[in-house]
Amino acid sequence: MVDLSQYLPILIFLGIAVALSALFVFLPMGVSRLTGTHNPDAEKLSEYECGFPAFEDPRSQFDVRFYLVAILFIIFDLEAAFLFPWAVSLDMTGWAGWATMMVFLGELAIGLAYAWKKGALEWE
Amino acid sequence: MTETFQSWGMSYDWAWFTATIAGILLIALPLMLAVAMIIYADRKIWAAMALRRGPNVVGPFGLLQSFADGLKVFLQETIIPSAANKGLFLIAPIITFTVALMAWAVIPFNSGAVLANINVGLLYVLAISSLGVYGIVIAGWASNSKYPFFSAMRAAAQMISYEVSIGFVLICVVLYANSFNLNAIVEAQRGHGLGIVNGFWFNLLLFPMWVVFLISSMAETARAPFDLTEAESELVAGYQTEYSSMSFALYWLGEYANVLLMCALNATLFFGGWLPPLNIDLIPWFDIPGWIWLFAKILFFFFIFSWVKATVPRYRYDQLMRLGWKVFLPLSLSFVVLVSGWLMFTRYGA
Repeated sequence: MVDLSQYLPILIFLGIAVALSALFVFLPMGVSRLTGTHNPDAEKLSEYECGFPAFEDPRSQFDVRFYLVAILFIIFDLEAAFLFPWAVSLDMTGWAGWATMMVFLGELAIGLAYAWKKGALEWE
Repeated sequence: MTETFQSWGMSYDWAWFTATIAGILLIALPLMLAVAMIIYADRKIWAAMALRRGPNVVGPFGLLQSFADGLKVFLQETIIPSAANKGLFLIAPIITFTVALMAWAVIPFNSGAVLANINVGLLYVLAISSLGVYGIVIAGWASNSKYPFFSAMRAAAQMISYEVSIGFVLICVVLYANSFNLNAIVEAQRGHGLGIVNGFWFNLLLFPMWVVFLISSMAETARAPFDLTEAESELVAGYQTEYSSMSFALYWLGEYANVLLMCALNATLFFGGWLPPLNIDLIPWFDIPGWIWLFAKILFFFFIFSWVKATVPRYRYDQLMRLGWKVFLPLSLSFVVLVSGWLMFTRYGA
């Protein structure tokens, strides 16, 4: 049986941690207004690109390989998600359970080999 | 702790609530103190490796250096760039620091001394540590500046790449311990070498996985030699370039809290957590409280982290990705097969 009451401390911890972090972010903002260090101007608030004005919108484009890595991650994280229940029940499923998972791993290994051969894992 | 409060005349619910709050503060506040001291220790060790002295002016031996730094950033002006997305810009450090604290809820400090003794503790740690990447990506995107954005993309790709192999390494550990509960994993390491040595690390099948885990945990926390997200010669300061004051410091605090967490995981998963190193009572090993053993192991691993930072040159991004996808992933995958096959033959085989 799942003992859900063990998760309640985590929930309370979440509340306290968020409160603590928010305090750390917002309290200095208030203090700097009181002590007079808060003194913004247009130059200070512009983005820092080594002294030059920004050339273009920084969010315009980025390398497609980041997408590839993200997609591969989703696949292999899913694979790990299938492995977790198998790993804790290996004592009950016997050789049949073990062999089935080996077939699954083999198929994903073929997928990895294909991605490797296609150059999806290359970063020059 | 609940019983103590009950004996003071509280009802059970109130005693439980007070005990939980006390437990949370007992984890969060010493953790922040530990982070401050570990930053100082990092600088000291790094300096000693370079044959010079680290911070030694503020307080005796420079012990108060981190607190002086903290006070300095606390009194600084918080600058929010005019082009930034203000809400997300302020939420990002909150997410990072919250997540860095949260993972400690399931680390066992002694037999049963854990805030939340959940069945899937290891999965919880994995989930929480993958949430950490959100704080960094949001910070990089919300700054609306080129270098933080590049750094955030790098950080995201780097962290998720190494999380894959960390996942498979954890499966190897779980196969041995037959549980996701961190307390049960520590207990499974009792007398795990000829009945004398506590811990999985000397095991021929798990030792390579520990090495993979140690290196992956450096990459996961973006520590040197994998600190490409803040490569100061290319990206100024990385995703926190536009930050100032305490929001800047929260990234450092969160980063070091994550490093400590990874050290604690190394100790818990492979070095027997709160167990003494040997399972014999020649010297009264077991009279020393468990949390002292755990802290000693954490400090040992932190020293390794510092040592590596002081000696190993930074990786290139393509080398980093190659190590993650072409070395660690196939290696950890094949060790899942090896470990489970070996367990089938020796422990579970019909």
